[in-house]
Amino acid sequence: MSQVFSFHGGIHPPENKKQSTRAPIGKAPLPQQLVLPMQQHIGGPADPLVSVGDSVLKGQLIAEPIGRISASVHAPTSGKVIDIAHYPVPHASGLSGECIVIEADGEDRWIEHEGIADYKAIERTELIEHIRASGISGMGGAGFPTDVKLHLSEDHIVNTLIINAAECEPYITADDMLMRERPHEIIGGIEVIAHLLRPSHILIGIEDNKTNAIHALEAAVKHCDLNIDIVVVPTKYPSGGERQLIKLLTDIEVPAGKIPADIGIVCQNVGTTSAVYRAVHKGEPLISRIVTVTGDAVRHPKNLEVLLGTPFRSLLEACDLRPEALSRLVMGGPMMGVTVDNDRIPVIKTTNCLIAATQQEMPPAPPAQACIRCGMCEQACPADLLPQQLYWFAKGREFDKARHHNLFDCIECGACAYVCPSNIPLVQYYRFAKSEIRTEEREQQKADHARERFEARQARLEREAAEKEAKRKARAAEAAKAQEARKAAAAKPKEEATEQATPDIKQLKTAAAVARTKLKKAQKAFDEAAAGNSEGLAELEQALNDARSKAEAAEKALEAGSPAPSEGGNAELKQLKVAAAVARTKLKKAQDALKNAEDKGLDGIDKLRATVETLENKADEAQKAFEAAQPAETAEKTEAPAKPEPAAEPALDAKALKQQVSIMRTKLKKAEAALEAAESDDERSALQADVDDLKKRFDEATEAFNKVEKAKMDAAAQAGIDLKQLRIDAAMAKAAITKGERALKKAEADDEREQIEQELVAAKAKSDELHKTLSQYD
Amino acid sequence: MALIHLSSPHVSKANSTANVMRLVLLATLPGILAMTVFFGWGTLIQIVLASVLALLFEAAVLKLRKRPVGFFLSDGSALVTAVLVAVAIPPFSAWWVTATGIFFAIVIAKQLYGGLGNNPFNPAMVAYALLLVSFPVEMTRWTAPITQNGEGWHVAGFLDTLQVIFGSVEQQWYDSFTGATPLDVLKHRAGLTTEELWRQSDVLVNGVAAWYAISAAWFMGGIFLLSRKIFTWHAPLSMLIALFLMASMFYGFDPDNYVSPIVHLGVGATMLGAFFIVTDPVSSATSNRGKIIYGALIGVMIYIIRTWGNYPDAVAFSVLLMNLCAPFIDQYTQPRTYGHKKANRGTKGKSQ
Repeated sequence: MSQVFSFHGGIHPPENKKQSTRAPIGKAPLPQQLVLPMQQHIGGPADPLVSVGDSVLKGQLIAEPIGRISASVHAPTSGKVIDIAHYPVPHASGLSGECIVIEADGEDRWIEHEGIADYKAIERTELIEHIRASGISGMGGAGFPTDVKLHLSEDHIVNTLIINAAECEPYITADDMLMRERPHEIIGGIEVIAHLLRPSHILIGIEDNKTNAIHALEAAVKHCDLNIDIVVVPTKYPSGGERQLIKLLTDIEVPAGKIPADIGIVCQNVGTTSAVYRAVHKGEPLISRIVTVTGDAVRHPKNLEVLLGTPFRSLLEACDLRPEALSRLVMGGPMMGVTVDNDRIPVIKTTNCLIAATQQEMPPAPPAQACIRCGMCEQACPADLLPQQLYWFAKGREFDKARHHNLFDCIECGACAYVCPSNIPLVQYYRFAKSEIRTEEREQQKADHARERFEARQARLEREAAEKEAKRKARAAEAAKAQEARKAAAAKPKEEATEQATPDIKQLKTAAAVARTKLKKAQKAFDEAAAGNSEGLAELEQALNDARSKAEAAEKALEAGSPAPSEGGNAELKQLKVAAAVARTKLKKAQDALKNAEDKGLDGIDKLRATVETLENKADEAQKAFEAAQPAETAEKTEAPAKPEPAAEPALDAKALKQQVSIMRTKLKKAEAALEAAESDDERSALQADVDDLKKRFDEATEAFNKVEKAKMDAAAQAGIDLKQLRIDAAMAKAAITKGERALKKAEADDEREQIEQELVAAKAKSDELHKTLSQYD
Repeated sequence: MALIHLSSPHVSKANSTANVMRLVLLATLPGILAMTVFFGWGTLIQIVLASVLALLFEAAVLKLRKRPVGFFLSDGSALVTAVLVAVAIPPFSAWWVTATGIFFAIVIAKQLYGGLGNNPFNPAMVAYALLLVSFPVEMTRWTAPITQNGEGWHVAGFLDTLQVIFGSVEQQWYDSFTGATPLDVLKHRAGLTTEELWRQSDVLVNGVAAWYAISAAWFMGGIFLLSRKIFTWHAPLSMLIALFLMASMFYGFDPDNYVSPIVHLGVGATMLGAFFIVTDPVSSATSNRGKIIYGALIGVMIYIIRTWGNYPDAVAFSVLLMNLCAPFIDQYTQPRTYGHKKANRGTKGKSQ
């Protein structure tokens, strides 16, 4: 036979089990209404399959499990669904949960159901699926879905199956009575579970205060060919705790933070085995359970077979409650049960006991006294903790120390609080500390997440900046190289240029100069004539016109030649500049002359004015030519010599022009400011002239820029890409990325996040492409 | 239906701190009885005086601290402290010695630290140490046991005792009823070997039996408390064993100059300390292992101070020193929790 070991601590509270074992298991009356919470187990709540008004049959599936760890819910009797809403549920929080309310029709008509004739013949997974479909979850108290545990043999080696029949909590006798009256169901259930888990050894752990149950089980085991040992353990609370029972039966401790399956052990409650038996052999889903109704406030304490969803009130009535004596209604045992403040709360799969206690039975706790560290709690703790230290840490909010003292290994069995002479509600302190720590952890996680995100963003910005910088450097290096190359090449092309282009230009220049000189002379003469108020003004005018036309021709020629020299180098550019300046000067002079003439009220002023206008135009043209040449120069500087990119040149052109425009604007503004600030009239007039000049230049520059811009658009259009469309696309791509990023931030589930990440990457790639294309034209 | 909503557990053992204190007081009865038999009325008078003063001081401080007086007075901890101070000081101590001691124990060592459960030092021992250092003459004028006074129950009369405590008497009176304790004699041996002392000294020849008897009485009380699970065996046993081992080692090595382990266990405050002082849960180490270390270190310290220190007895100083160490011991003696490979050590670090 198996040896019995021991675990540290434990207490011996008054058992109070005799009261409810005198009568056999009774049948609770069928209530009018059944309230079935969607969550009667650990894990995700079930999802209702029926809607209000539906008729259901006994055993009909009314809610299906969502997720792996969840359990289905079946109708405990036939009737009509009258409501699906939130109702108070049996939970320590006292909160309500979603429930399906069924109005019983009293017929208790079963849905068609039948057991599996030979469960060994079908696939294991199929059998487990059948158990899952029967909505079975652990009936000892925690309510862990049973099918999940039955899968354990797939990834764990299960050596030992332990059937928990200890029932260590005082008052509760539901398992005891079940074992006494239906041992064959238990053994039958064990056979099914053993078939699924294939353990080499099966131990039934039972406390020595259940003599009848032990006898009944022993008799039943005789007819079973499995390797089952009934291990009688001494009565001590909490020997029915999973970890404590494992230690008792095997002397192995379940490592902290692991589950028993990790050491090859699976535990099942006796009630669960019976439910498995019924599901497999009879095809009955879990719709009822045995509940101990006891306590001094009921006259006839006993065990009842109760349909799930039955309100506590009808159980208490069935056991003859003395309402005036009731002071505390406890669901579960007195050590770990939860109080309920409402007798309409329904029985669920984990409801093993209902204690209607009187004031004398469970008196309100006296005020807590100071902890004198007497250590009685330490001697009682089944987890080898130091409850007195944990109490001080929890009270002082020293949660780090509490964790260091393994607060989270506390099973909240209440043994420490039971023995405490100072009546300190120790378990509450531990629950408080645990929840505080959990909250802290959650916040820490949130903070970590935020920090990670921030760091990622920071890294991205840095990376982008670095990339930009690298690009800029590369560009600068290229430019420097190009300049050097050009410098090196400067001598050669210059010579060539002098040979080829320069002569023409020179000649042209000379011609222009000659023309200019002539024009000057003519103008002078005209001026003189005008000054002298002499005749022959017409002739002079003729001469002037001639000179002008010549000068025009010369200038034009020069202009035509200018693109060539611009390729040649700076010298020509300078000349152009000079020419422009000269033209301007001339214009000024002509303007002066015009003024003079106007002052003197001469004839031919109109003509003179026209002349001045033409000159003005010319000066403008010269300036324009110069400006056109200048960007071309810059473009050449930056652009790699023979790169036939369609829009590259105009692009750079545009940039330079843009820059110029902005420079002009600044200058203009400055000059205007100076003008306003100027005090003397002379100064002002001079400044005014400057301003006008600048204004003009600004306008010119703007015009040039616009022109180039247009050219660029045209070029882009030629290339078959609508620049505008492209820009819009790029913006849209960017927006898509931002949206994706935001979604990513919000997304929590991993798979969801993965998907969004993938989408984001695709969007980024698209955006990059668009930007690249755009940058070619921009 | 209005029902209370409460957190589990819903039942608790019928026990209370007051009950624990009552049991401790009950356990002191054999010792008090023995002391009264051998030293006369002094002990009883001191106990009454100390108890009244302790309750008064405690009530006054609770009032000042605005705490419910009745609730805290009823826990009985002040009475335990009072009794322990009263049996620790010489039975003929003047009232003001007792008053000073109780004031210091209750007001300074206990209430100023936050009251019951919050005092880092054992209040009775703080008081004793303070008195010993402040009033060495009064504190070493111990009553001679009746076994030294010839046949019959020859002790100072009740009224005489009252007078010596609350008034004053001739020096001669003291001489007739007081004497050195065995530990004093063994300490100030004037060059004699242990064996010679045992032959010469009246206290050792006639008086030591009384001390043994008193120790036996304290031991009985201790065993009673142990049986009632008021404390565990760890601290007292380890203290006694450590003291015994130290004494045996040196006595076996040099019996002429060192005192036998039996004497160390039987005289002075060894038994009182082991079962009523060292077991004070508030100021001692917490875990079982910690208590063993704590007790053993006290045993070692007692031997060291008795043998090489300036004071004949050393329980108070040893206990106070170890009270200081208790939090540190606690940090390194956490038990191994269920499911953990090994126990956690130190203040923090990775919990497994």
